[in-house]
Amino acid sequence: MTATTEWRDTRPPTSDPHRIGRGAGGGGGDRVTGHGAGGPADKRTVVGFGFWIFLLSDIVMFSAIFATYAVIEGATDGGPTARQLFDIDNAWVETVCLLFSSFTCGLATIAAERRSAVWTQVFLLATGLLGAVFLALELREFIDLIGRGAGPQRSAFLSGFFTLVGCHGLHVTAGLLWLGTMMAQVWTRGFKPNIARRLMCFSLFWHALDIIWVALFTIVYLFGVR
Amino acid sequence: MLGKLNWSAIPFGEPIPLVTGCVVVLVLAAVLGLITLKGWWPYLWREWITSVDHKRIGVMYCMLALVMLLRGFSDAIMMRSHLAIAAGTSQGYLPPGHYDQIFSAHGTIMIFFTAMPFVVGLMNFVVPLQLGVRDVAFPTLNSVSFWLTASGVLLTNMSLVIGEFARTGWLAYPPLSELRFSPGVGVDYYLWSLQIAGVGTLLSGINLVTTILKMRAPGMTYTRMPMFCWTALASNLLIVAAFPILTATLAMLTLDRYLGFHFFTNDGGGNAMMYINLIWAWGHPEVYILVLPVFGVFSEVISTFSGKALFGYRSMVLATMCICVLSFLVWLHHFFTMGAGADVNGFFGVMTMIIAVPTGVKIFNWLFTMYGGRVRFEVPMLWSVGFMVTFVIGGMTGVLLAVPPADFMLHNSLFLVAHFHNVIIGGVLFGAFAGYTYWFPKAFGFKLHDGLGRAAFWCWLTGFYIAFMPLYALGLMGATRRMQHYDDMNWQPLMIAAFVGALIILAGIGCQALQLVVSIRQRDRNRDLSGDPWDGRSLEWSTTSPPPPFNFAVLPDVQGEEAYWGVKQSAIEDQRLADEPEYEPIEMPRNTATGFVTAFFATVTGFALIWHIWWLVILGLVGAYAVFVIFAWREEEEYVIPADKVAAIDRERRRSREQLLAARRPA
Amino acid sequence: MSDRDHQREDDRTPGSHQASVLVQVATYTLGLVLALGLTAISFWAVRTHMLWGPGVPIGLCVLAIAQMGIHLVFFLHITSGPDNTNNLLALAFGVLIVFLVVAGSLWIMSNLNANMMPMPAMMSPQAQP
Repeated sequence: MTATTEWRDTRPPTSDPHRIGRGAGGGGGDRVTGHGAGGPADKRTVVGFGFWIFLLSDIVMFSAIFATYAVIEGATDGGPTARQLFDIDNAWVETVCLLFSSFTCGLATIAAERRSAVWTQVFLLATGLLGAVFLALELREFIDLIGRGAGPQRSAFLSGFFTLVGCHGLHVTAGLLWLGTMMAQVWTRGFKPNIARRLMCFSLFWHALDIIWVALFTIVYLFGVR
Repeated sequence: MLGKLNWSAIPFGEPIPLVTGCVVVLVLAAVLGLITLKGWWPYLWREWITSVDHKRIGVMYCMLALVMLLRGFSDAIMMRSHLAIAAGTSQGYLPPGHYDQIFSAHGTIMIFFTAMPFVVGLMNFVVPLQLGVRDVAFPTLNSVSFWLTASGVLLTNMSLVIGEFARTGWLAYPPLSELRFSPGVGVDYYLWSLQIAGVGTLLSGINLVTTILKMRAPGMTYTRMPMFCWTALASNLLIVAAFPILTATLAMLTLDRYLGFHFFTNDGGGNAMMYINLIWAWGHPEVYILVLPVFGVFSEVISTFSGKALFGYRSMVLATMCICVLSFLVWLHHFFTMGAGADVNGFFGVMTMIIAVPTGVKIFNWLFTMYGGRVRFEVPMLWSVGFMVTFVIGGMTGVLLAVPPADFMLHNSLFLVAHFHNVIIGGVLFGAFAGYTYWFPKAFGFKLHDGLGRAAFWCWLTGFYIAFMPLYALGLMGATRRMQHYDDMNWQPLMIAAFVGALIILAGIGCQALQLVVSIRQRDRNRDLSGDPWDGRSLEWSTTSPPPPFNFAVLPDVQGEEAYWGVKQSAIEDQRLADEPEYEPIEMPRNTATGFVTAFFATVTGFALIWHIWWLVILGLVGAYAVFVIFAWREEEEYVIPADKVAAIDRERRRSREQLLAARRPA
Repeated sequence: MSDRDHQREDDRTPGSHQASVLVQVATYTLGLVLALGLTAISFWAVRTHMLWGPGVPIGLCVLAIAQMGIHLVFFLHITSGPDNTNNLLALAFGVLIVFLVVAGSLWIMSNLNANMMPMPAMMSPQAQP
């Protein structure tokens, strides 16, 4: 590369005499990778940041569904309302399951950083089981509601409810599928760098689902029964 | 077994789609036959289909866009020719049902499958080169994005022959797009092709945001990034923030249609206005997703061909980022007439006018860049100047439409149609063509034919004015959009003028096709041996044309703004290059069929969903999961280019650089 | 880009947290306890009659936002340090968009609902007085 040559300002002097467009000429104090002076970041940072951006986009998607739910929440079309339908105890148990699964997921990350295969698997399994219990509870609630004639086709409000909660449930399902695949991968391949990165992304995903659930139980269940 | 699919899906009764479909199938068969006959498949598979090189993927995006431009334009010229005759007692030659499909397909294809792939392709190709890095952050994901977009294109075009396309306009407003009023598969084609292509776009947005924020050459601070990288960053941030809204909105309409939900239906408490609200919460940022990158293209082109640094770099960055945020605050102006109160309409009207301010800042910056410069009117510069004139007119009519009372008069009229074509053709398309001409030599190693490029520009420019200025007048006279027939004979002369304009644009497209053929045949005459054919200023011009797979043998060490220009000037002054660096082996990502196979299963799943072939849906999803697992278990992700090979390639580059230095010796 | 995954001092990804096992486990435990506590208060607040009714929704919102903050800090390890600038900026952008989409939609839709004829009435105009 020719790049090591000294930089010189070679623009004709009249082009921007007061240097309106330019700063003091670069260099300066921002020699931090995030600010670009250190060259490309390492792979773990790149992957983690990319996944973080994906999670933010996922949260924006949820926000569109949340907004829709909030708009059509009162549109029960003469059908059952939130207050008549929701079982807040079920929601409480679901929440506790998810919180604990987030905790075990964190422990799995700690174990994975220490390259302890057994503990990683144990905590991942616990995470998966708690997630599965959550999913089972949610499915039971859905089936119960449909059985009582309060399925998603009944009214706009119920369409919104099933879509919002179901979309979160679908994310949990995808997470479980991913979790199973990861466990198999840790089992067969051990902690290679790429697998460690995937575990990191998985834990980010799982924690993000928790954050969405916090918004969900507050807006859907707690506001609903109040 | 085959769901709703049977022989009645093929439009035997309608000659136009049937003949077009047959021609397309024949052309496709001829191309595939030629490839097979010449034995090009292994080459295509190895070098293009499975490639994860950002340059190859960028080129494929642009080719996809050019092909789809032809499809979208043939829809356009059918509409214009139809309207030129469908006055008074004449009914024209397109029956209403078919006409409705044509304008829906035209809008969908031009936005999603022409403009989007074009700007995404340019960003893909240029951004890593300008940042001085070897590839995007996630090369395999990049390939997946591209092939998912291609999958959406394929599904949309299948609707030409198998079944029908939506008759609901390009945004498929409910309740018209609900099952009750659109029982056919048209809307389902629309929903699934956009959903698949939209996921591709979202992934590519994530990829480029990560690339720009985390993968820059040493010394490339934010305020040293070329303008195009800044606009690409803003555009991709908008993709990441807006496309999920589209995904959610389309998913809700899909649930309405497939499972009987009541989001946007007339009954059950549904609220169709919510769909319109959400789709525009995506739709308005989408406009800026398209136009911001081409603002970057113009910045690069104008500064290069004026021989000056971009005027007001910082104000340009600020304007770009302002637009990025403000674009999320104006979406209601698309439905002023839906019944919101004066406060809401007033707020969004004012915000819309405010967003014209940063855009104006940009126009002035470009003008001041040209001022006092030694302007070379090469073809990319022609497109840029044409853009500035045209876009200002489009912007003015836009501000006019932003005034709610005026909008009540002009809503859904041909005035609106003229306005958004004014900004999308005059802005996005002209910019894409400028970028295409500007970076073509970088991608292929030879310039495009100059004379035909100029001819194409003048045809497009005059054609555009003759085609769309009459539409402004027609709109003021009361002509509405999506109108298949009219009784007022006074409109006909203007309609005929618009058709003539479309024919001139057709001549422009013909010139461009010819230009491509002639340029390839005469490529030896227009070779770019130096790698810097336009006397460029940013890092992509410091490597060879076409660049090696690894872009840069050694990552450039950026010492100031306009990374390449400063280095080049001092090298010319001293008449010598910097000392040869020590070459090291380079790791590059391995090719993979993951993207292609994923898109294959996406197409299968989408097609099966459209026609309700449920077993095939399950098969497609299982296939997609299998691809995921196989990809996850892949052993080797990278291959190594040995140091001596890198050195050989780079020494070649240095030799041509030395010739460049001698040629540009200061007087 | 190399496969070496050494974390740089000056740039971190969300979720990365370097400390001894004890500190890490303690962080997660504290996060869990705080999250459980806030959740419990939320669920208690809707059942009890001890609180002033109209204040409860605001309280619930505050609790939910606080809990999201707890998750971000203790589970996702987002900090305000210079190594986290990009993560935090991206988060801020996301939060801004979420706010604009939700608040904008609600504002617009409530306005439209107030001004427009309700859908059942529109479907059967003869029922109007």
